[in-house]
Amino acid sequence: MLRTWRQRITITDIFVWAIGLSIAGVVIWGSISTLLQGQYPGKVWLDLSIKGLALGGVYALIAMGYTMVYGILKMINFAHSEVFMSGPFTAVFVAQALSKSGFLNRQPVISLAIISLVSMGVPTLIAILLERICYRPLRNAPRLVPLITAIGASFFLLYVFRGLYGSGSFGYPAITSLEQSWAFAGIQIYKTQVAVIVGAVVMMLVLFGMVQWTKIGKAMRAVSEDKEAAELMGINVDRIIVFTFGVGGASAGAAGVLYTLLFPVVNFYMGFFPGIKAFTAAVLGGIGNVPGAFLGAIILGLLESVGPNLFLTGLGVPSPSQLKDAIAFIVLVLILIFRPTGILGERISRDKA
Amino acid sequence: MFKRLSLVISAIAVLGMILTACGPAASTYTCTDKIGCVKIGPTDPIHIAYLLVVAGPNAALGIDSRNGVEIAIDDAGNKILNHTVKFDGEDGGCSADGGQAAGTKLAADPTIIAVIGTSCSSEARAAEPLLSAAGFVTISSSNTAIDLTLAGNANQYPGYFRTAHNDKVQGAAAADFVFNFLKITKAATIHDGSLYADQLQQNFAENFKKFGGTITLQTSVTVGQTDMSSVLASVASGSPELIYFPIFLPEGAFLIDQAKTTPGLENTKLMGADGLYSPDVMNTAGAAVEGFMVSSPLVQGAAYDAFVAKYVAKFGTQPVNIFHAHAYDAFNIVKAAIEKVAVQQADGTLYIPRQALRDAMYATKDFQGLTGVLACSPTGDCANPIIGVYEYHSGVYPPTLIWPTQYIKPTATP
Repeated sequence: MLRTWRQRITITDIFVWAIGLSIAGVVIWGSISTLLQGQYPGKVWLDLSIKGLALGGVYALIAMGYTMVYGILKMINFAHSEVFMSGPFTAVFVAQALSKSGFLNRQPVISLAIISLVSMGVPTLIAILLERICYRPLRNAPRLVPLITAIGASFFLLYVFRGLYGSGSFGYPAITSLEQSWAFAGIQIYKTQVAVIVGAVVMMLVLFGMVQWTKIGKAMRAVSEDKEAAELMGINVDRIIVFTFGVGGASAGAAGVLYTLLFPVVNFYMGFFPGIKAFTAAVLGGIGNVPGAFLGAIILGLLESVGPNLFLTGLGVPSPSQLKDAIAFIVLVLILIFRPTGILGERISRDKA
Repeated sequence: MFKRLSLVISAIAVLGMILTACGPAASTYTCTDKIGCVKIGPTDPIHIAYLLVVAGPNAALGIDSRNGVEIAIDDAGNKILNHTVKFDGEDGGCSADGGQAAGTKLAADPTIIAVIGTSCSSEARAAEPLLSAAGFVTISSSNTAIDLTLAGNANQYPGYFRTAHNDKVQGAAAADFVFNFLKITKAATIHDGSLYADQLQQNFAENFKKFGGTITLQTSVTVGQTDMSSVLASVASGSPELIYFPIFLPEGAFLIDQAKTTPGLENTKLMGADGLYSPDVMNTAGAAVEGFMVSSPLVQGAAYDAFVAKYVAKFGTQPVNIFHAHAYDAFNIVKAAIEKVAVQQADGTLYIPRQALRDAMYATKDFQGLTGVLACSPTGDCANPIIGVYEYHSGVYPPTLIWPTQYIKPTATP
């Protein structure tokens, strides 16, 4: 028994584990010394956690597009961050027009519905066109080909939108009825934060329910398991793939609406960072898995929001918030070392077996 | 074999010399300048380029400067010494990489005599080594970082000038305003890692401490960051009465917006510097912009008012930023120096010795500009600045002047 263990463990394993353990040690040590310093009262952590949850909800909705497309085509759609950008960047003009006419604050619910419609419609259309023009002709090509095409499509979309709307930043008008807040445990909870968290959870449940319990969801899972067999069973594979891209685009558009409630400034390069974070979240949760992407996104949002101050303040690192991206990616590396399939990844592969 | 080749070459060279000597009178001028001369044929234009940020989120800064130069060219009748002025350039993107790329392009063009630019100090740090080595003079209308004109410093290059104020002045004025006018004793600063922001907040902090104030925290954000919650939480833990963040857009707008929803910072005053004096601050930060203050150079006077009237007539809008008058002066300093050193031939050919041009610019004195009476220091500082502080009100642009009080024009309200 001991012998087989010794044979199985290689030097690389020991090295990787040593890296992982030392990072975990630094994180724990940093957190304890920060908490012992007592620089931040409890309400600060609560406030940061709520902001982190809201951010995580936005990442989760963007991550849907990555994870569902991966689940079906085994391909990473790198143009998804630009699909995400297209929605809010188009809807900002609608929002500004509504604000100028005064309609926005008179009928905030109807206005928000109109903005959401535009913000979700444009990315849905773009995602479907992307599939039809860029990916369908390459479906049987080697896997590297659609990947490179996706990067090209990403740049194409980026500069099309720069050409359309210009390279400046545009501000979303504030909706006054959403600016109120409730006092809770010594902090202010803003209606926008609640709207973002609730909106993300509802969207998530709708998507999960659709994949799990509807006929088209069943067909999607069937295509993801085995395309040929699904086709022989009478499933229109092309239609299912188009539908998946459409749903991914719509959910990115919904994420765009929520994102602009939190960060009301849009520009043509706004998609890059949320896109790469959502991709990280999808990998963290186990790519191809809908609840996994949600879990990964929430963890990532919380880590980014709470992490820098919690882990690094106690270690005496100056301006820890600059390192929030580093923290997010280090956690990704840790997860990949200890659980290469992602947090919920394994269950899927067992189900498939 | 080699001997014969070199013989042929030297024969051609000698022949060439004889031929040029026998040519028309225009060629009698021999250039003795240390770093060379620019020859401008009788019908060729004088080429002045710009390296400004004319695209992207900070485009207003560079476009405003370019507009100022265009008005100066109009005022000169589009001519310097009877040669038309050719004015074109590159976008520097307000970043070190953008400055590097644009600087490389401009440095490869030997017809350029002077460059108006850069817009941002980070661009200057990357572009100036290239432009200086190419022999150009560079004159910036909006670089304010201290070390660009600090003698004996790696970022100070020969041939670099600026008509914008040095941040030594701006940081000290901001600290004076906050401590003595607002009576605030606890402040925090945030920078974004750029040359300009880092040095300006450092200068502000030093002066603020000298007055007797306390700096609770000096921290930073990264360019491209949207979620400021963790940095604002660290700032809030020191409970400052004012946060000074001399950064750019869009990060500045995110800070203004999110500070209002951070526990402990709801009523903290916010202040930026000239990088955040732009209509886009008001457009992007929305209602949260109310009460946000920026320090910025103050330009007043009849000549300036006449200039603004021309600006409105030509571009159909009020000046969109602050450095239009500085750019106007920058062009005119270059023009005056060219007129002083250029050697004119009978047929209209013009020679501009590059080192002499630099020397003439360093010797600028008692220059009557829109921004005051200017003189250039041996390291290239040509400004004569007064710093004002302006306050934004939601939906109103430009922001209103609140300090120094003696410059506030009485308003015509009944």
